[in-house]
Amino acid sequence: MIDLFSQLLTDYTLRTVALGAATLGIVGGGLGSYAVLRGQSLLGDAISHAALPGVALAFLITGSKAPLPLMLGAAFTGVLATLIIIGVTNTTRVPYDSALALMLSVFFGVGLVLLTYLQQHAGAAQAGLDSFLFGQAAALVEQDVVTMAVLGGVALLVMLLFWKEFKILAFDPAFGRSLGFPIRALDVALTTLLVIAIVIGLQTVGVVLMSAIIVAPAAAARQWTDQLGAMVALAAVFGAVSGISGAFVSGTTANLPTGPTIVLCMGSIVVVSLVIAPNRGLFWMWWNQRRTSQRLRRERVLCYLYTLARKHEHPKYAHEAATLDALVSGSTRTTYVLRQLAEAGFVSRTEKGKWHLTDMGIEEAHRLAKSRNLISDFPPTEDERSTD
Amino acid sequence: MPPSSDSNPAALSVRDLTVAYQEEPVLWDIDLTVPSGVLMGIVGPNGAGKTTLLQAILDIVPPAAGQVRIFGAPYEEQRHRVGYVPQRGSVDWDFPTNALDVVLMGLYGRLGWIRRPGTDEREEAYAALEKVGMADYADRQISQLSGGQQQRVFLARALVQEADLYFMDEPLQGVDATTERAIFDILRTLQKRDCTVVAVHHDLQTVPEYFDHVMLLNVRRIASGPVEEAFTEENLRRTYGGRVGFLKQQDMGTTAPDGSEETEPS
Repeated sequence: MIDLFSQLLTDYTLRTVALGAATLGIVGGGLGSYAVLRGQSLLGDAISHAALPGVALAFLITGSKAPLPLMLGAAFTGVLATLIIIGVTNTTRVPYDSALALMLSVFFGVGLVLLTYLQQHAGAAQAGLDSFLFGQAAALVEQDVVTMAVLGGVALLVMLLFWKEFKILAFDPAFGRSLGFPIRALDVALTTLLVIAIVIGLQTVGVVLMSAIIVAPAAAARQWTDQLGAMVALAAVFGAVSGISGAFVSGTTANLPTGPTIVLCMGSIVVVSLVIAPNRGLFWMWWNQRRTSQRLRRERVLCYLYTLARKHEHPKYAHEAATLDALVSGSTRTTYVLRQLAEAGFVSRTEKGKWHLTDMGIEEAHRLAKSRNLISDFPPTEDERSTD
Repeated sequence: MPPSSDSNPAALSVRDLTVAYQEEPVLWDIDLTVPSGVLMGIVGPNGAGKTTLLQAILDIVPPAAGQVRIFGAPYEEQRHRVGYVPQRGSVDWDFPTNALDVVLMGLYGRLGWIRRPGTDEREEAYAALEKVGMADYADRQISQLSGGQQQRVFLARALVQEADLYFMDEPLQGVDATTERAIFDILRTLQKRDCTVVAVHHDLQTVPEYFDHVMLLNVRRIASGPVEEAFTEENLRRTYGGRVGFLKQQDMGTTAPDGSEETEPS
């Protein structure tokens, strides 16, 4: 472990890749939270696919593979696709999801055509552009990471600066509009930040898998908290952890690509979060439901015993477990429930194996019957009849 | 009818307001005057444009034509005097935030750009939650609130706006009878403080009880004015197209005119 850690500090390639992956994880997780909350996860996917022709065009125009021009090109076609999606949705009868799928594949197709053209005509200079498809983290150099960090840092700063404005945009845009905030401009601004978060990760993760960086950390973080601030922070942490561990695992294992490994790390965090997160996790919900149904079953048996006791006008009249089985329809585990009740001191068992309520049980059953408004269902006892 | 030029202009005056989403107008040539200090209910069938009317007045949807004056001036200048309660269903209640935080949003307009709410604002928001009987739920995640509680949180958010004119979109939707009473008590308190409330309402039965003015809307303004003048059987039939069964069993008020004319307070 210490060995690996020192390797991380000394190995230039590994350190560069890990820093780049951490950067894109932090920015993608933080800004992705808003995309997830606003129901724009698929928009992230469309933007990243639509970025591919932009990368190719930027190279065609500048002839350079410097990070900034390529990212600008990616951002340009990403935004263009977003605008067309919004335009098509607003002006035609094509629904939003169809417009999205359409632009995603059309732009991606154009990107593939351009890449093929470049491969055949641009000679050796274009080598490596196709790595934008699935990402090639090993090719990251310091200049790339610095560009990523500066762009991502600015995007996060803007998000923090306009925290309140973006929050109301995400939660209740109509109300925000009534307060006088230019909701459309804020929408454009936040979407632009999302585009930045996407384009800085393309070279590392690739256009195909990039949307996972936007969606996965945020979806995992939402499981653990009910506060926007905590969710954004946690998503950034999840993104960073996945980025670093993905870079690490693929850097120290032969033939393991970095981008997909990062995505798999994020996937693992999502799965764990879906299962064990308190309140929203599957395990917690299952456990809670089980506890509730057990409690309700105990209460039902208690109420049945109470009903029977009142029918027999003897509060401690003892019954076979089978009698209760017949009453508590659908449950064949009455004996088990009775044992639980006995442990709680509500019922006890006679020598002949019959069950009856204890004083405590009678009190509890009466309280339950009252709170559930069931008392009129019970036959009145001797006392109540005489007081009528 | 131009807006009166005296020193006390109407809380709201709408002239020739038309809104169209596609080819068909959603609202057609709406004229409406709401005097200061009244509780006005807007009623009309589904798709009559009730929500759109509020949103066009509040500049949330762009009107195709028309003019809106709030206390005699354009909305842009009077924004700080206006409060808004959107429909409860218009937001995602699973959003990661709590009741107090939602109420704080009512203060965002006053805070302006970038400034965050501080201790004073939190106290103000908490006081508003107290007024609607929700102080105990301040830290509760909003999806864990019942429909009535969510509605009261929205109301508290409008209260901190300290507006003179409130627009409320179905503030009683999905609310039980007790909460309905509680909410209307709050609206009456607002009225006592000289506030004007314009609320979209869906229950015709309770209109005379809750409101003193009413507007009947179905794309066009069918009628508006004091309840006893405008809320007539004839006007309702014209609004709902004769599908108003309950009216036959009800006394529609004492001064119902013959209904052939639209009534409008001068």
